[in-house]
Amino acid sequence: MPDKRLQDFIPQIESLARELGLHHFPVDFEVVPPSFMMEVAVYGLPVRMPHWSFGVRWIYQMVQHKMGNSKIFEVVFPGNPNRAYLVNTNSVEENTLVVAHVLGHADFSHNNQTFVRSQNQVGYHIVEQAAAHAHRIEEVMETEGARRVEEVLDAALALEPHIDTGQPLERPAYRPSPRAGAPEKQPEGFHQRFAHLPGEEPEQPAGRRAPRQAMHIPPHPERDLLWFIAHYAPEMEDWERDIFLAVRKEAYYFQPVFNCQIMNEGWASYWHSRLLREADFLPSQMYVDCMKTHSDVVRPYAGEQQVALKVNPYHLGYRMWEKLTEDKGTEAARDIMAEEDDFGFVRNYLDRSLAEELGLFVYSAKQNGEIRVTESNLHELHEAILAPKYNFGAPRVYVDELQADGTLNLRHQAEGDGRGLDVDRARHVLEYIDRVWRRPVKLYTHDERGREICLKPGWDDD
Amino acid sequence: MSLHNGESGDGANRWYDLFSRGTRDWLRHNEKVREAVREQLPDLVAGSDVLSRPENRTVKVPVRFMEHYHFTLRQPSEQTGAGQGAGKPGDVLRPAQPVRPGQGQQGGGEGEGGITFVLEFQIDDILDWLWEELKLPNLQPKEGSAVEEDTLIREGWDKRGARSRLDRRRTMRESIKRRTAQPTSNVPISNEDLRFRQLARRRRPTTNAAVFFVLDVSSSMDDHCRKLAKSFFFWALQGIRRQFSSIETVFIAHTVEAWEFAEEEFFQVHGQGGTKSSTGLAKAQEVLDERFDPATYNCYLFYATDGHNFSEDRSRATDQLLELAQAMNFCGYAEVSHQNHRRLDTEVAGIWRALDEAGIPCGSYSLTREADIWPAIKAFFTDQAGEPEEA
Repeated sequence: MPDKRLQDFIPQIESLARELGLHHFPVDFEVVPPSFMMEVAVYGLPVRMPHWSFGVRWIYQMVQHKMGNSKIFEVVFPGNPNRAYLVNTNSVEENTLVVAHVLGHADFSHNNQTFVRSQNQVGYHIVEQAAAHAHRIEEVMETEGARRVEEVLDAALALEPHIDTGQPLERPAYRPSPRAGAPEKQPEGFHQRFAHLPGEEPEQPAGRRAPRQAMHIPPHPERDLLWFIAHYAPEMEDWERDIFLAVRKEAYYFQPVFNCQIMNEGWASYWHSRLLREADFLPSQMYVDCMKTHSDVVRPYAGEQQVALKVNPYHLGYRMWEKLTEDKGTEAARDIMAEEDDFGFVRNYLDRSLAEELGLFVYSAKQNGEIRVTESNLHELHEAILAPKYNFGAPRVYVDELQADGTLNLRHQAEGDGRGLDVDRARHVLEYIDRVWRRPVKLYTHDERGREICLKPGWDDD
Repeated sequence: MSLHNGESGDGANRWYDLFSRGTRDWLRHNEKVREAVREQLPDLVAGSDVLSRPENRTVKVPVRFMEHYHFTLRQPSEQTGAGQGAGKPGDVLRPAQPVRPGQGQQGGGEGEGGITFVLEFQIDDILDWLWEELKLPNLQPKEGSAVEEDTLIREGWDKRGARSRLDRRRTMRESIKRRTAQPTSNVPISNEDLRFRQLARRRRPTTNAAVFFVLDVSSSMDDHCRKLAKSFFFWALQGIRRQFSSIETVFIAHTVEAWEFAEEEFFQVHGQGGTKSSTGLAKAQEVLDERFDPATYNCYLFYATDGHNFSEDRSRATDQLLELAQAMNFCGYAEVSHQNHRRLDTEVAGIWRALDEAGIPCGSYSLTREADIWPAIKAFFTDQAGEPEEA
């Protein structure tokens, strides 16, 4: 049985949270063994589609865990209800802290616009939906064979970050260009003035006898590779498209978690510390023990080290929220929480004095292994923190053209990313795509001298 | 709001106790690695490290984690990141690492893709793959070498016997027959119905092999040579083992004297001084005469040396080898050395050429590096199959 004390604390912490203005969907807590938590941490969801790459992450996590380098405290899945998991081997003090922490997350996902938008798209039951995806995929394995399904998953999961959450989850196919259809509407107001830049020739209205042009697909650079392939692959089977769309849906769910990690973990850490501080029903020794756990979670460095080459999002977010509530008050902090994601949060609210107080710096690592702290201004510091988060952590690759013969032309925005793709890996990914696209696949990127190169799947090489 | 416990008795939440998805996907990963390993198996197993645990009939092969590829940016020459702690501009947090000689300046290989772990393979699996891969012919047993051996086989039945040999199908048949004849009986199975299988002793032919490994352990045979010899012997032995139902091995090491060893000690032996091939061959002859009847055994001789031999030993060694080879299905000579040139141009190689000229089935193989092992093994099995049957 879960600890009696914990059972008593949960409703008390929840009502305290309500008094302090937290607002969220109900939370279902479940106490589970550590092995389960480890899997959740690896798969990102309690039940998820099978793939060998999760096995690699899992064994890695197991080793870390066995060496005592990683301890998982909680996992919570936003939704209605939120689903939170506590570890049955953690102490009641640790789990009390975790309950308060989870309420912070629940408040965040209920109010932050990035989360709200995502949940409006994906729905409030991702845990059940992911389980249904997994179930469906296992069924397909029965009929199509595990190997074929695995090939599709190789491709779909490799493209997981290549979605476009600016577009709705349920997205219609491209409409034929207006030129071919009804006469264009007269542009109004702003559009009329600026549709054509000064000095630019106004576009000649298409003559009546002009041949009806085939629509260029995609009509604009398409960043949602999962969606595009699922809808435009010339020879994909329905179950294969379903797998692509299942992976895409889960990616839509993961993206806000990824894009708000600093804010979200910081917010939850701020609230667990504040809730426990104000929880007069907690025995004082218990409060002290909880706070020990707190300082382990939000510490900036591992162990005895004095310097870290990455920034602990719990620590950074926690300190930022602490300062913001102190300077501007809880209400203003709540507004910021609702409106920003990590990009806006760090750029707008990590100021020079806090950065200095926290000892944040920019470093550069050379190929010979030398790592040196560099001179940096605040802007450079912001971008160094955020760089790993750009574009869901992936290079900007988009669909440039679907040729009439079915050739898929992908293009990498090398200028925007500052350098070209890793050629070897890119070729392997093209091999994955090639197996489901079943027509030629090409990818344009830059070599180390900035010249454009065209990559093909590894086996197509000349 | 509620607190559930995954361990509560209703069983609804316990599915994850029964089944680990992590394990499942990890095993699938390993399976993929095995497939990949299999493709380059001959190269991998030639590395002598794989011979570490022959007693378990498994070998351990170091492999890398498979990488699930994603689009990533090219490694920049200089990477920037954000850190935290006591660091002022200009501080060196880690000095440049000296480039290790022999290690290419190939970047990458970091992260998950760079981690290696050890997979254990069944030697029998490897052998099957190899035989398939290398298209190796099977060994030719000697005509008439089949040995009769007693084996117990199941034959006939009886109304009495041990419980373990109850023939249920026949017993049921008897029961049905009886109940059809006596419809009033309501005894499902009576003692009269019971039928037991009987065992009978039969003589069956089996194939036996005796394999002689003779290794030169004189001071000129260094670790490198010994390792090559060991690998060659090991895989040749495994190949023979694959084919014969019972196999006996004889391990002989020699310098100017010769001794017989147990398999475990054999490769650890270090000797001092010069080389007299004849002593090793004489020892093999002695063991052969003592324990094995060439009429009932398929005998194989393998001799590994660096090729140096006292020239005054030449005639004795030649005679001894000719005598010994009469009893053998096939003789293999493995010359292990460091140089690529002057292959099979040594004192001992000359003696073996004499053997070949005398029309005795034999083969000579030169090994200077690990990559030579498989061609040598392949040559051995091919030569052996190609030889006409001994009279």
